[in-house]
Amino acid sequence: MDINATLILQMIAFAVFVWVTMKLALPPISKAMKDREVRIADGLAAAEKGSKALQDASTKSDEALKAARVQAQEIVGAANKQATQIVEQARQDAESEKTRIVASGHAEVQREIAQAKDALRRQVSELAVAGASKILHREIDAKTHADVLNELAAQV
Amino acid sequence: MAAAEAPEDSGSYVLHHLTNLKLDLRTMTVDPQAHGFWVLNLDSVIFSLVLGSLFLFVLLKAARSATSGKPSGLVNFVEITLEFWENQVKEVFPQANPLVVPLALTIFVWVLLMNLMDVVPVDLLPFLAGQAGVDHLRIVPSTDVNITFGLSLSVFLLIIGYNLVFKGPIGFLKEVLSHPFGPWLAPVNLVLRIVEEIARPVSLALRLFGNLFAGELIFVLIALLLAQARTGIGGIGLAGLGFVAHLAWAFFHLLVIPLQAFVFAVLTVVYLSTAAHSHSEDH
Repeated sequence: MDINATLILQMIAFAVFVWVTMKLALPPISKAMKDREVRIADGLAAAEKGSKALQDASTKSDEALKAARVQAQEIVGAANKQATQIVEQARQDAESEKTRIVASGHAEVQREIAQAKDALRRQVSELAVAGASKILHREIDAKTHADVLNELAAQV
Repeated sequence: MAAAEAPEDSGSYVLHHLTNLKLDLRTMTVDPQAHGFWVLNLDSVIFSLVLGSLFLFVLLKAARSATSGKPSGLVNFVEITLEFWENQVKEVFPQANPLVVPLALTIFVWVLLMNLMDVVPVDLLPFLAGQAGVDHLRIVPSTDVNITFGLSLSVFLLIIGYNLVFKGPIGFLKEVLSHPFGPWLAPVNLVLRIVEEIARPVSLALRLFGNLFAGELIFVLIALLLAQARTGIGGIGLAGLGFVAHLAWAFFHLLVIPLQAFVFAVLTVVYLSTAAHSHSEDH
């Protein structure tokens, strides 16, 4: 059990082992572990960023969709309005056309009535003349009595 | 078996197992009876160096293939051990310098490997060595006080060094003289401090040595029981008893082996932490 030179050798060996461990063996291992930690942290951060970007994108797409829907509604609204306008316009046009046609029909009728009256008047005056001439049995000079005849016709 | 040489003389069998293969450095001859300081316990030294080199070899191999990518089996194992000690040191000694983790790791693994030699059957390697002409061989370096004191004295030197580095020579001296009883009882403080400082390496070394030496001795005695079973009358019963006893003791010892390695390493960290931590800051 006596203490001997083994002690010294053991101390030297211990110092060498610790030194080699500290200087040569552990630094690469520690570095690899730290690097890995950094890589994992980076990876997690990237994943976080990716999911955030995804969320942003989905929010943006939602917004775009909403805007598109609103726009579509506006367009549909405007189209409806325009359609009603066109229909209204057409109705108005048709209405005025109708009025115009009716008016022109009326005018035609009036004109024809007037013409008929004129013709009747003329025939009445001729009849009157003929009647008168038959009654008088003598020819009345139409020429000399034109004034009287015209006056008669105007009276009818 | 070695016991077969003298089964009737249990004393010499045990003694044979507890004798180192000694190299007398003055005459450079192998002499188991050599005495004095200039003697080398060849078996302790060789096994200690081989086991320490094995530790370094594995560590350097892991260091070469260490990547920041996915670690492979061996690297993973080394990293787990390293991380375990980094956490231990962080917990006990937060302001530790870069020496502490490799120190604790080296102590733990090296002592563990040396202790593990204890579960190798006690007669196997000495018997093989005997066939090769080497008459004495102790294969468990941590059952040699020289080895355990070699570790604990190194730790002791480091404790003194840490005291000087962290507190400065003046601060250290002041602390030695004025604690725990104040500056008026300086001599008492000094004596107490010396006892305290000496107790640490002694307890470190003797705890490890005592546990492992006792363990080895029990294994030797159980082996002796088995060796005598052949000649005894109730030979089979004795052999069965020896077998059961050996198994039980081996199981128990498998707890002691890592525990002692762990205790040695943790206490080293604790001692260094107290050395770096000024006592005056406690109050």
